[in-house]
Amino acid sequence: MNSALVSAASHARSARQRRSAAADALFHNVTRGAALVVLALVIAILVVLLVQAWPAFHAFGWHFLTGSEWDPVHQRFSALSSICGTLVTSLIAMLIAVPVSFGIALFITELAPNWLRRPVSTAIELLAAIPSIIYGMWGLFVFAPLFGEYLQPWITAHIGNWPLVGVLFQGPPMGIGIFTAGLILAIMVIPFISAVMRDVFELVPPVLKESAYGVGCTTWEVVRHVVLPYTRVGVVGGIMLGLGRALGETMAVTFVIGNSHTLGLSLFNAGNTISSTLANEFSEAVGRTYTSSLIALGLILFLITFVVLAIAKLLLVRMARREGGKT
Amino acid sequence: MARSPRYLRRRLVNGANLSMSVLGTLFGLFWLVWLLWTLVSHGLRWLDLSLFSQSTPPPVTPGGIANAIVGSLLITLVGVVVGTPIGILAATWLAEFGRHSRLAAVIRFVNDILLSAPSIVIGVFIYAVVVARFGHFSGWAGGLALAIIMLPVVLRTTEDMLKLVPDQMREAAAALGAPRWRVIVTVVYRGALGGILTGVLLGVARISGETAPLLFTALNNQFWSTDMNRPIANLPVMIFQFAMSPYDNWQHLAWAAALLITLAILVLSLVARLLIHSRSFVK
Repeated sequence: MNSALVSAASHARSARQRRSAAADALFHNVTRGAALVVLALVIAILVVLLVQAWPAFHAFGWHFLTGSEWDPVHQRFSALSSICGTLVTSLIAMLIAVPVSFGIALFITELAPNWLRRPVSTAIELLAAIPSIIYGMWGLFVFAPLFGEYLQPWITAHIGNWPLVGVLFQGPPMGIGIFTAGLILAIMVIPFISAVMRDVFELVPPVLKESAYGVGCTTWEVVRHVVLPYTRVGVVGGIMLGLGRALGETMAVTFVIGNSHTLGLSLFNAGNTISSTLANEFSEAVGRTYTSSLIALGLILFLITFVVLAIAKLLLVRMARREGGKT
Repeated sequence: MARSPRYLRRRLVNGANLSMSVLGTLFGLFWLVWLLWTLVSHGLRWLDLSLFSQSTPPPVTPGGIANAIVGSLLITLVGVVVGTPIGILAATWLAEFGRHSRLAAVIRFVNDILLSAPSIVIGVFIYAVVVARFGHFSGWAGGLALAIIMLPVVLRTTEDMLKLVPDQMREAAAALGAPRWRVIVTVVYRGALGGILTGVLLGVARISGETAPLLFTALNNQFWSTDMNRPIANLPVMIFQFAMSPYDNWQHLAWAAALLITLAILVLSLVARLLIHSRSFVK
């Protein structure tokens, strides 16, 4: 009687255990499935873009990357002006955004009194929350007219006749163009770069900084000779993350770059980028070759940001590993 | 007290560089203030009730943006409903099961790629697999594009938040005989709820201003429509088209819509930030 009860109880328990084991396995598999969806998505994006871009690569070969004509009427397409525009605007953005972001991170971590740190970091991060189309509208209707009227003629008059660099700043003062696009991109990526810099600066062990202050270093010397060498890898990682953002940014650039497929030397000329070409022409593209060429542009953009991000991740992981080794 | 020239020079270099740092910060804040001021000064005048009660008008007739607001809400809702559960479940696997495995590392890396993939490329992808297949632009396509953008944001923040839940809590629950899924659902999720919610809010803030992926998925619609199978009006694309148009009243509507959408997103991000600051330091 007694043993029957025990065996019934153990039977019930084992049935319950089996049920919960099955539930566990189900839960595990569902979550793993969701994780695999992410992997499948990225692979699918690559494969679909590659397949759809193939007709363009097949039709134009290497010329697609090196040629500069973009002629929908005669169905001849090549990507050089868009690729150049993407790279040049992002380069301008980095030249402006990196020093500024460094200054901001320095201010937040070393200079600002405690009560000011949170508000300043939050305000800078809000720059990242403003939708890119707002940057575009502001750039086209507010910034570009002022820039074209007051600043641009002055720059062209004073720097435009310098040897070598002068040619970059010539041309009619339209306000819009490659330089304006680069500047607006800079404002848009400042919050990303300064946030990473701020975070890695905070990783520096206080002991290191205090010993440098102890031997009489100024704040700048501590930053230059202790903080920066310690965080170098992380800082570069943050810059690469910002670069990835700048390369793929679409709407703000589309508003202010002028959308022209001609390649020129001057930064004040109208130009285009891969993303602005896509935004402007994709929904109106007629014919297989045209659409395929645009998708090929998208694939190139995806691959560029892929490589930039991979480098950034590698550097940040190395930084984190070093930090882990130290503690 | 040696006030040597060298010492003076070091002080000077220090002062100059630190001033540049302050100037850099002011430079950043300057654009924020200018942008917000532009929105308020251009947009506030055109805010009135007819914005919310009428659909987008033809040129030079009065109207509102009600259809675009509703369309945007619908597309965003699809993005959230599709993107959030996948993101949370995938994050659960990474934080609870995968942890240090090789597959988990691969998925984290791939997720970061998705996180920083240009949104216009996502638009092209959805165009190729959804719009081209079904032969027409649709609200569903727009919602799916937003879901793909939302997913990595939710995944990233959720995983970070799940990792903050101490292992002792998992062990304590397991020691009481709870199966693993119950431990996760009733203990870990509850502990990380605020953080997960923050991730969702950040994701919503990110997708509700996205224009590029909607240009050739949801397209736009001049008229009132809630049919997700057809092109649907939405704020970002409407702002783009109206701002670029030569008609005064369209431009006014674009500025009003821009002010509305920016305010909504700023409020969302500030709320998310407050949540994250009040939760993540509890540990």
